[in-house]
Amino acid sequence: MNIKKDIAISDSGFVFDPTTGESFSLNPLGVKILTLLKDGDDQKEISDFVLQQYEVDSDTFENNYYDFLNMLKQFNLTEPQA
Amino acid sequence: MTNIMKKQKYERPIINRINAGVSNKFGTQTKINIISEIDGLAVKDLLKDYDSPLYVISEREIRETYNKAKQAFSTRYPKVQFAWSYKTNYLDAVCRLYHKLGSWAEVVSGFEYDKAIDNGVPGSNIIFNGPDKSEEDLTKAIKNGSLIHVDHFDELYLIMKLADKIEETPKLAIRVNMDTGIYPQWDRFGFNYENGEAWNALNRIMLNEKVDLVGLHTHIGTYIMTPNAYGVAAYKLAELAVRVDKKYGHKVKYIDMGGGFASKNTLKGAYLPGTDTCPSFDDYAEAITNALINSEIDPDNLPTLFLETGRALIDDAGYLLGTVLANKRLADGRRSTIIDIGINMLFTSFWYEHNIVPAQETTHHTEDTTIYGPLCMNIDVIRAAIQFPLLNKKDHVVISRIGAYNMTQWLQFITLRPNVVIIDMDKNVHIIRENETKKNFDQLEKVPEYLK
Repeated sequence: MNIKKDIAISDSGFVFDPTTGESFSLNPLGVKILTLLKDGDDQKEISDFVLQQYEVDSDTFENNYYDFLNMLKQFNLTEPQA
Repeated sequence: MTNIMKKQKYERPIINRINAGVSNKFGTQTKINIISEIDGLAVKDLLKDYDSPLYVISEREIRETYNKAKQAFSTRYPKVQFAWSYKTNYLDAVCRLYHKLGSWAEVVSGFEYDKAIDNGVPGSNIIFNGPDKSEEDLTKAIKNGSLIHVDHFDELYLIMKLADKIEETPKLAIRVNMDTGIYPQWDRFGFNYENGEAWNALNRIMLNEKVDLVGLHTHIGTYIMTPNAYGVAAYKLAELAVRVDKKYGHKVKYIDMGGGFASKNTLKGAYLPGTDTCPSFDDYAEAITNALINSEIDPDNLPTLFLETGRALIDDAGYLLGTVLANKRLADGRRSTIIDIGINMLFTSFWYEHNIVPAQETTHHTEDTTIYGPLCMNIDVIRAAIQFPLLNKKDHVVISRIGAYNMTQWLQFITLRPNVVIIDMDKNVHIIRENETKKNFDQLEKVPEYLK
């Protein structure tokens, strides 16, 4: 999944999409994952990072990760699939 | 060497769209409240010891609320008597606690009447209300000297017939319905004041030598947020008492204002939370006692003021503890959280926006959430729209202010009813109703031979 290249992500948890003018708020892990996705990390890299850094098991994270990706899609923050 | 780096606390990633300046039906929330303990006992320990879901009743809360109510009325009026409304919560331990605090019993069926007797309430301290009193119930109540509140003329004639056969004199009051300026006006119970039916019923009772008119009763409605309506009702009952005294030289012993005081729960559709809008006991007491004291009733013979308050006395003392079963995403992006508390255990969720909070620390991040119960029924919605923190499977939740009606109107539907515990004043936990088992239900069912 490719994140729109021109969205602005602030460290404090705000995202601005200049193409729609919409703003979003994220929690700290949301910001981290969105940043990693924007940098081109794949699911395995993101999952490894989170499992190493946070108190969570892989099933729970995988479930939450796909839910988060779906919300990014729902909010049109991803590039349309080629 | 072992890596001992401490991992960070996990909170699942979320993203919310910002709608600056536009309010939505989920409302705004600035602070996440949590309830991690009840009377000093950890919610997680209670759930571990007594399973999830779990009803918890706080004796401390019951006592504190009862004392507040009693003080509000007894400081304004010389003779006050509370009668515990069995239908609000008729678990024996709860009833006995109210009786221990000084409450009489107010019952509305033969079943409740027998419960009150079994709970040690003297027959003369039982108020028998309701439209359905069988001949057997009435006979028992007359013999025990209970206070029978007549609901309709058919009942009155039955009582008069029974009075011919029974040695004891039936002690009667009539239930009076009336216009108190509120909507809806309850007129299905008792005799109407404005159309003269109540006065007619009183005359028939007074002209019958075999029955004794002891009181006047009203119950103007439920969740009444206008104390003045009680003032109007008390004034009208006082007026009837004065008329009876003038015409027959007979003084009624009590005026019963029924129940219907609002608790601090928030009604569905209410603009402001119940904690901000519901009147206090002092407000109700002021309205009722002012009306009685300022009436034409002889001050040397003031009738006892009876109160059948249920909801407002026990709602705050009840908690329902539960566990998150799952989180899902709905079609429009809303989150749905499924908990193990369904509408079968929380009947009041049909009319309240119940206060539901996490039992453990969360961050300030929330999502637009719908909270569903575990039933495979579309109507099983505990909160349709709430800004709720990010709970995970197995996290615990607490629903507060559920003491009234949920432990009587609960349904055995799809799942079985769980344990009910009470926390006593010394913080000991006692099971007061065991969780149901399939065996309980099997005992009542019969399969005809041809289906075996």
